[in-house]
Amino acid sequence: MDSLDITALHVSVKDKEILHGLTLSVPRGEVHALMGPNGSGKSTLANALMGHPGLTVTQGDIRWKGESLVELSPDERAKRGLFLSFQYPAEIYGVSVTNFLRMAQAARLGNDTGSLTDFHKDLKEQMKLLEIDPSFSKRYLNEGFSGGEKKRHEILQMGVLKPEMAILDETDSGLDIDALKIVARGVNKLRGPERGMLLITHYQRLLNYIVPDRVHVLMNGQIVMSGDKDLALELEKNGYDWVKETTASG
Amino acid sequence: MKKPNNTIDIDTDNYERYGFHTPEKYLVKLPKGLSQQVVAEISEQKQEPDWMRKFRLNALKLFARMPMPTWGADLSGVKFDDIHYYVRPTDRPKQNWDDVPEEIKDTFDKLGIPEAEKKFLAGVGAQYESEVVYHSLQKQWEELGVIFLDTDSALREHPDIFKKYFATVVPPGDNKLSALNSAVWSGGSFIYIPPGVHVTIPLQAYFRINAQNIGQFERTLIIADEGSNVQYVEGCTAPVYSSDSLHAAVVEIIVLKGARMRYTTIQNWSRNVYNLVTKRAFAEEDALVEWVDCNLGSKITMKYPSVFLKGKGARADILSVAYAGEGQHIEAGSKVFHMAPKTTSVVVSKSISRAGGRTSYRGLLRVSPKAAGSKANVRCDALLLDENSQTDTYPYMDVREDDISLGHEATVSKIGDEQLFYLMSRGLSESEATALIVRGFIEPVVKELPMEYAIEMNRLIELQMEGSVG
Repeated sequence: MDSLDITALHVSVKDKEILHGLTLSVPRGEVHALMGPNGSGKSTLANALMGHPGLTVTQGDIRWKGESLVELSPDERAKRGLFLSFQYPAEIYGVSVTNFLRMAQAARLGNDTGSLTDFHKDLKEQMKLLEIDPSFSKRYLNEGFSGGEKKRHEILQMGVLKPEMAILDETDSGLDIDALKIVARGVNKLRGPERGMLLITHYQRLLNYIVPDRVHVLMNGQIVMSGDKDLALELEKNGYDWVKETTASG
Repeated sequence: MKKPNNTIDIDTDNYERYGFHTPEKYLVKLPKGLSQQVVAEISEQKQEPDWMRKFRLNALKLFARMPMPTWGADLSGVKFDDIHYYVRPTDRPKQNWDDVPEEIKDTFDKLGIPEAEKKFLAGVGAQYESEVVYHSLQKQWEELGVIFLDTDSALREHPDIFKKYFATVVPPGDNKLSALNSAVWSGGSFIYIPPGVHVTIPLQAYFRINAQNIGQFERTLIIADEGSNVQYVEGCTAPVYSSDSLHAAVVEIIVLKGARMRYTTIQNWSRNVYNLVTKRAFAEEDALVEWVDCNLGSKITMKYPSVFLKGKGARADILSVAYAGEGQHIEAGSKVFHMAPKTTSVVVSKSISRAGGRTSYRGLLRVSPKAAGSKANVRCDALLLDENSQTDTYPYMDVREDDISLGHEATVSKIGDEQLFYLMSRGLSESEATALIVRGFIEPVVKELPMEYAIEMNRLIELQMEGSVG
C-alpha cells in the first residue's frame, strides 16, 4: 500500500535541531492525528514534509510511495500528490482565489486537468459544502481573510486539488465551534481510500469531529507514544505531563 | 502551466538578439549630428509652412543653450552628435520576414501577437490586412468628424486646428529634450475628437501601420473637444528594436470641458535606448485625464506624465508600472498641478526591480491657492525581487492652499519566502510563483489595460521571471 514513511528524521532550523530522529508512517487511506504540546516540533514536521526552504534535513528520510522527497522542491512534492494545509497561509495581493486555484490545479494535474466548466462546477460544490460565500472566489488570495476564512479556504484548496496525502497543520486553531464543524465536514468528505491525512493539532477537540485511525504524540522532536483514537481522549483527560511521566517510567 | 521548451531571456541585450539589419538604402538620410542646415533640411523635405520651419530653428537655439538635466538618471551616455535626426519614413528599409531571427519570432509567438503586428514590429513593413482594418475604421471615424492621422499629415491637412494647439501644452523651452523634439520632430499621432463624440474603440497607433509611429522624435497632439470621450493606446509589449539610442518624444493633450481622455502606453524599447519623454495634459472644467503608463524596456527612461488641472472639478488619474532588470534605470513618475477649485488627482505607481535594476519614482504635486476643496492622493509601491536591485522615491510637494485633502503612501516590499513556499506547495514552480506575485502586484494597473494588452503584459512578466531563476 502507498504510504508516507518518515524514518529517523532530524530537522534543523539554521543550526538548531528541532526534530531528533522522528519515525512515523501514514498509509494512504488512513487518517492519523499528531498531537503535541507547544514547541514539540509539530509545525516543523509539517513544513519539512512539504520542503520549506528554511529547514534542513540533516539525517533520516521522508519517502512517499517509496520515493525519497528530501531533495525535491515543494512544487515537485505537490505534483506527486502531497498537500499542506497551512496554519498561517500567506497573503498574495492581486491574485484572485479562482485564478489561483485554476493555476494550482493545472500545475498539480498537468495534462489530466479537466475542463474549465468542470472546474467551476466542482469549485461551486466545494464552496457550498464549506458554506463559503460565492463572492469569495473573486477576492484576493487570503488578503483580509478572517482566521476562519483562511482555514476554510485551505480545505477548499484540498477539495479542488484532491491530493493523495494531506498534512493539516493546526486546522482547528482560531476556529469557533460552528466553523470547526464546517471545516470537519469538509475534511470528512475528502476522507477515503484514495487519500491519506496527517492531522496536526494541539487539542483533542478537532478529533471529536474527525475521528482518526491512529493517534501519535510528539514531544521534544520525537514520537513518544502511539495508539488508537482513545489515546487522544486520555491525553485530554490527563494532559501532556501524563505522557512525560508514562514514557519516563516506561 | 506548461513551460516553453526554449526559454528566451529577454534581459539579454536586445542589440545582440534583435539587432537584425539589412543593408541601408535610404533615399534621404541626413548626416549625423545637429545643425541649422539639418533642421532646415528636415522642414524642407517635409515641405512645411514657414511658421513650422521658424519654430524648429528657434527650438534648436533653445536646445543648444539649455543644460542637460542632471537631477535624475545618468544621461552621460547620450551622444547628440552620434544620432541621425532624420530618415525619410517612406524610404525606411523594407525587410524580409524570412530574415527575422527565429528568437524574435518566438518571442512574438509567446506573446500571442497577431501576424500583421509581428511583421510591423520586425520592421517588415506595412501589411495588407492591417491596412484594410485601418481604412475601415478610418471611415467610421471620419463620419464622426474624428481626425486620426500621423502628425506630419495633420499639419498639411488640418493646418488651422494644428496651429491653434501645437506646442501650447509643452513649449519648446520646457526642457532640453522637448527643445530637441521641437527642432527635429517627425511622425507621431494627431487626434481630434469633436464635441460630444464618444469613440468606443481605443485608437491604437498600431492601426496607423503605414505611418512612422514608432519614431525617435515623435510628436503627438491630442485634442478632446467638449464632452467627448476617447482612449488612445500606443506601443506594445514586444521588444521594439531601434538602432538609434535616443527616443525623445513629446506628447501634448488638451481635454476640454467635460471631456474624458485616457492615454495608455506600453513601452518596451530595446535595452540600448535612452527613453526621455515629455508628456503633459491640460484638463479643463470637469475634464478627466488618465495616463496609464507601463515601462518595461529601455536602458534609461525618464518620464513624468503630467496633468494641469486648470478647470473646476477636473480630475487626473496617473497609473504607472515600471520594471527594471539588469542594467536598467527606469525613472517614472508624475506631475500634477491643482490650479482650480475641487480638482482631484490620484497617482498609483508600481515598480519592480530585479537583477540589479533600479526604479525611481519622482513625483511633483503642486496645489495653488485657487484650488480650494481639492483632493490629491499618491500611492507608490515598490517590489524588490533580489538583494542587488534598487528602488527610490522622490516625492515633491508644494501646497499653498489649506482647504484640501492630501494623502501620500509609499511602500517597499520583497517577495517573501513564505509567499513563495505557499504557492510552490500548491505545485507552482519558483518562477511561476514569482510571476504570479508580480502579476498580483501590478494588477491594479494592468486591469485598466485593454484585454489583449493585459494578456500580453502578464505573459511578458512570466517570460521575464523565467529568466530569473535557474
